[in-house]
This record gives sequence, structure tokens and C-alpha cells, in this order.
Amino acid sequence: MRRHAALIVRSAILAFLIALLEFCCRTGLVDSLTVIPPSEMIVSMVDQIGSGELNASIATTFSTILIAFLLAVVLGTMVGALIHRWTRLRDVADPLLASYYSVPTFIFYPLLVALLGLGKAPLVVLGILSAAPAVVIATLSGLDGVAPVLMKLSRVHRLSRAQTLWWIVLPAALPHLFTGFKLALSYALIGVIAGEFILSGTGLGYAISFAYQSFDNRTMYGAMLFVLLVAVTANGILYVWEGRLARRRSRG
Amino acid sequence: MSEQAQVRAQAQAQVQLSEVVRRYGGASGLQALGPVNLEIRSGEFFSIVGPSGCGKSTLLDVAAGLVAPTSGSVRFEGKELHGEVPDGIGIVFQEDSSMPWLSVRDNVAFGLRTSGLPKKEVADRVDHAIDFMGLAQFAGHYPAQLSGGMRQRVCIARTLVLRPRLILLDEPFGALDQQTRLLMGDELLRLWRESGATVLLITHALDEAAMLSDRVGVMSARPGRFIDMVATEWPRDRDSRIVSDPKFGALTARLWSSLREESLKTMGRAA
Amino acid sequence: MSDLSLENEQATIAVRRRFRGFDAIVLTLVMLALWQAIGSWTQGVAISPPLLTLVYLFGLLRTWMFWDHAAATLEAFCLAFVLSALIGLALGLIFGVRRFAGEVAEPVLAGFYTIPKVTLYPVVLLLFGLGMSAKVAFGVMHGLVPVTLFALGAVRNLPPVLVRTARVLRLSPGRTMRWVLLPACLPDIVNGLRISFSLSLLGVLIGEMFSSQRGLGFLLVNGMAQNNVPLSTAIVTVIVTIAIAANTLMLRAGRRFARRPDATAG
Repeated sequence: MRRHAALIVRSAILAFLIALLEFCCRTGLVDSLTVIPPSEMIVSMVDQIGSGELNASIATTFSTILIAFLLAVVLGTMVGALIHRWTRLRDVADPLLASYYSVPTFIFYPLLVALLGLGKAPLVVLGILSAAPAVVIATLSGLDGVAPVLMKLSRVHRLSRAQTLWWIVLPAALPHLFTGFKLALSYALIGVIAGEFILSGTGLGYAISFAYQSFDNRTMYGAMLFVLLVAVTANGILYVWEGRLARRRSRG
Repeated sequence: MSEQAQVRAQAQAQVQLSEVVRRYGGASGLQALGPVNLEIRSGEFFSIVGPSGCGKSTLLDVAAGLVAPTSGSVRFEGKELHGEVPDGIGIVFQEDSSMPWLSVRDNVAFGLRTSGLPKKEVADRVDHAIDFMGLAQFAGHYPAQLSGGMRQRVCIARTLVLRPRLILLDEPFGALDQQTRLLMGDELLRLWRESGATVLLITHALDEAAMLSDRVGVMSARPGRFIDMVATEWPRDRDSRIVSDPKFGALTARLWSSLREESLKTMGRAA
Repeated sequence: MSDLSLENEQATIAVRRRFRGFDAIVLTLVMLALWQAIGSWTQGVAISPPLLTLVYLFGLLRTWMFWDHAAATLEAFCLAFVLSALIGLALGLIFGVRRFAGEVAEPVLAGFYTIPKVTLYPVVLLLFGLGMSAKVAFGVMHGLVPVTLFALGAVRNLPPVLVRTARVLRLSPGRTMRWVLLPACLPDIVNGLRISFSLSLLGVLIGEMFSSQRGLGFLLVNGMAQNNVPLSTAIVTVIVTIAIAANTLMLRAGRRFARRPDATAG
């Protein structure tokens, strides 16, 4: 099938590009002060993880991302549900949400550091600021999409408010909600690591930045590769789940 | 005594609408319906036809208790309704109300979640309803994999498990092709006979109303009121082949003669 | 039933419009109050209060230094945005028309979206050195993908009936593209450009924050380093205002394109 064919071609092209880079690096076409060969990147990454020198950074970064993500999801869903209930609030909130992601949230990060000090707090807040609006937008979209006939159905079956919410609204809105969660993880991850990179003392982002400034390309690329792999894998898993969720409910 | 007369003598009015009026947007708002007076007897198959926008669906909502009338009263089995759906009523909506995240079996079982019945009883009822509606080989499928007609059957099966005494259907076969509609009409009659429930059917298809019902109410253009009430006097064990009965043509003609002017009014308004 | 609910809807829309203006003013006041509160509560250590910021900003706008930095950012941004738009449109159109190539490329592009691109900055710096070209590269890195994805989507989602209509009317490929395909794709493309605008700006600014001696991003970080809080706050205000203004304009433009009568109908 075409999807499989595309997958194969894609993998082949990526493999070719990596091989090409490897070749260029090894033969000196690209100098090692700029880019190290991919094979060395992998070795460096494995070394760093194996020796445990990255452990502290990994723990810090992942915990920060997780906290930011969970808070963003909880806050975002609650705010989204609230906005959905009150039309007046929604009329005010809609233009804000529409413009929110046009502002580079990142520019607030120095302010956050000045406000909250250099540590986990500004990173968590930055993560929430990046991720929560996506959850709000997705929640609104999901709640909007609950077919009115299903709400009538809940009255015919005389369901309580809690039952209506749990058995009808939530399952009906789930695909949209899940997309929101996927975006939230993505944005939280990006926000936190970007923050660590530019202005922090700990974490994977800082590790990369520090390695760069110490002219330690090997460590830098190793850590970089690790971060990229984690990002791609985490998002990839959620993307596959999202697809499975959608496919069951739609035609074909 | 004929079968019909017997039934009439024994039955009491199960659904009573007295001077029901429904307005939208407050006391001086748009009048969608009424004043309507209607009595439906227990076990009757009653259809309502009327031009589009006349308030048929509103009438169903009021009769079911989904919506409280602006004035007038609605009674179901003697008790007045105030905007809440009482026990014993099942509704099949015009739009597809099957839940895409549940399998056919889980969809049908949905109504029994709050019933407190033991698991075996629930399973039995669900199986019976699924078999009855001819969905047995699709019990594990999801609505997205079924055709429109089958999804409506799922919704009907879901209504059945509750053993309703009154079944309301709002243009349930509107989205289906003619042949499927005729067959679904037969299914509906079979259902009606076996369950002994009262059926209130809203439809825009005159032939459907004429062939299926004991009585047909014709509504005027908005605000809808009954302008004609036709008794068909069909035998209880009828099916779609009744179309060959000469009375069928006369009935349909009578419904149309009452309805035509109202429909023209509605079109004039829309144009 | 349908014209009933329509009349109902129009009544509620009128009511909502009346409230909307009032609520918008209330919201602005609330946000200003919040700003003031945080500013005074932290005694100007993190943010300076609105009035002070505004005064400082007006002073700032009269200095040559500010405009020098602003010009640097503007130059980098314009280059980045234009490059993103042109390359993105080209790629998007190709991937949209050539279905298989699109299917191969799309997950890679979408995946690129989810990567913290900051982590790739050192590579860019190593490749381009410190300076304008690095900043432009950052901007393009962020701004290219949305345009490509949206253009790809726009072309892919074209109703086949449009192409068939063009063939029935015996239009040349050039005219088909100009009169039928491009107008039909326009709303999605404008959306993609709108997002690309914000992201290119983001890329350029972060680049400046990280590794530059010129530009608004640099001023921001510099302000923090020198504890010049009014400066930082003023820069943030400027950036936020520009970003929101540009976004709103492009949103409106996008809506107008969406409402235009179909090119084929005429």
C-alpha cells in the first residue's frame, strides 16, 4: 500500500542523507570543528547515557516537562470548559486565543527568571504558557463538536450531569482533546528545553549550550541527538495513538 | 365489534396535549406551535404529517417532555410533564444519535447503564433487541462501519431495550432511500405489534404515514395546528403491501389535499 | 424549523455584539491592572509598571540606538520571512501536486515542527558563523515548515471538480493555476504565511537573544543583564504589539480571501 511505500522511501532517503553526512565528515569535506560524523554522535550519546553523566540533566528536564505538561493539561481543560459554558467569556477569549500563538512566548522568559529566580519555576511557567492555550483551544473545539442530538439523548435517558459529562461529552470530545494533549506535550518540551538552553544552570538544554560554549562538540552533538530522538519518539507515539483514535470513529 | 373499535373502547388516552402553545424567545416571541389539542390512545400508531417548519419536531419535543410548552399542558399516562422526560418514553431522533465510540452492542446497552438491572438481564435484553433488529452479525462493529439505515436500527434497538410504552420517532428514515424506507416501515410495524407500545411517528412522506398508521394528523403551516385527523381503519397485522389496497390511494389523496395548500403557504414564505 | 432558529440566532448575535465592545474594554483594563500589580508588587525588579514603561518607551523611540537595533531585527526578519514564504510555497506546491512526494515528506516536516529547534542553533552558528546570516537561518528554520505544510494541504485538499471545470473550460495550465487553483488555495496559504510570520519573528528574536550584539532580542537580554527593567519591559511591549497587530491584519486578510466569490463562478 502507498503508506508503506512512502514509509520505505522516506526511511531510505533519510538513511541516505545520514550516510552522506557520515561520508562528508569522514573524508574531511565537512570539517570536524563544525559537524562530527553521525556515527560519532551516536557513540557520544550512548557513552553519556551509559556513564550516567547525563542522568541528572535528564531527570531535571524530564521532570520539568512532565510537571509543565500535566499542569497545562489540567488548567487548559478546566479553562476551556469554563469558557465554553459562558458565551460572553468566550466572545472575549476567542480573539485572545486566536492571537496568542503569534506572540513569541519566549520573550517573557527573562522576565520570568527575574520574577521567579533561576530554577525550575520559570521553566515550568514557560512550559505552561506555551502549552496551555493549545489545550484550551482543543477543549473548545472538542466541546463544540459534541453533536446536539447526543445531548438530547442524555435527557431522554435521564442522565445526571456527571453521567452526561462522563459517558457522552468526554468520549465525544476525546479525539480533539487528545490532539490538544499531543500539542501540549510538544510545546512544553520545546519551551522547557529552549529555556534551559538560553538561561539556566541545569538540564539537557543547558548541557548542550554549555558543551557548545566549551567547544566540546562531541558532548554537544551527543546530547543534541538524544534530545531530538526523545522529542521525535514521544511525539511519534502520540501521533500514532491519535490516528488510531480517529480511524475507529470515521468512515473507512 | 371490529378490532379497532374494541381497542378504542378499552384504551385510555396515554398522551394528552391540551391547548399547547410553544413560543421561542419569551412571551412575545415567535410562535412555533399551537394551539394544539391531541389525544393518543395507548397502543395506537399515530403519525403526524405537515409542511416543513410547521413545528412537527417541536410537537414531538413537547410530547416527550424535552421541552416545556409556553402555555397549555402535556400529560403522559395522566401525569403532567414539566420539561423532563418521564420513564417509559423512547425517542428515535432524525439525526444519527449512535455513539461512534461504542460498538453496536455497547450502544444498544447504553440505556440500561443506569437501570440497575443485573448483568444477565441486561445481556439478554440487548441480545434480544439486536436479534430483533437484524443486527446480530454486526454486534461487534462500530457505527462508522455501518450504513445509515443500520445506524438507525441501532438507535431503535437502543430504544427497545428500555421496553418503552411510548415510542417517538422524528423522521427516522429521512436519510434513507425509498426501498430501504419501505422495508424499515415493515420493521417498525413488526416492532409495534410485538412490543405493544404506542408509536408516534413524524414524517414528511404521506405514503409512509398512510400505510403505517391507525390515525394520521395533518398539521398546518407555522404555527402548526391540526387541520385534519384521518383514521385509516387498517387491520393490526398490516405491512407495506397494503399499498395495493384501493383505500391507500384515497387516503394519500386526502392527506395531500389537506396538506397541499399549507405546503404552498410555506414555500411562498420561504421564497 | 430552520428559519426559526435563524431569527433566534440573529437576535442573540446583536445582543452579543453590544456586550463585546464593553467586555473588550473591561478586559484591557483588567490586564493593565494586573500588569501594574505585578510591577509594583515586585518593586520593578522583574517588570516595570505600565505607565513607567510607556514613558520609557517614548523616550526610547527617540534614540538612534533603538532604531539601529530595530533595523537589524527588521532586516533579518524580512529576509527570513521572504525566504520562508518563497521556498515554502514552492515546496508546498510541489509536494501538494506530486502526491507521493508529499506523502513521503509530510511526516518529516511535521516531525521537524515538534523538535526543540533551539538545540540545533549551535549547528547553525557553526555553519554560518555569528552574524546576520545565522539570524536569517534561524528565522527560516522556524518559518519554513508552516508555509510548506499549509501550501501542501491547500493543494491536496483542492476539490477535484475545480480541476475538471478548468479542463472543460479548456484553460491553459498557466491560467488554470492563476484563475482557479491559486485563488482556491489562497485562504490556507494566507494562514500558513500568518503562522510563518510569527515563527520567523520568533526565530530571529531568539537568535538575537542567544548570539548577537544587535537587534531587539539582544536589547531584551542586555536589558536583563544590566538590570534595566524598563528597557526589557519596553522591548517586550513593542514585540507583543507588533506580533498581535500583524497577526490580526493577516487574520482579517485571510477571512476576506475566504469570503471572495469563487474565481470559477465568475
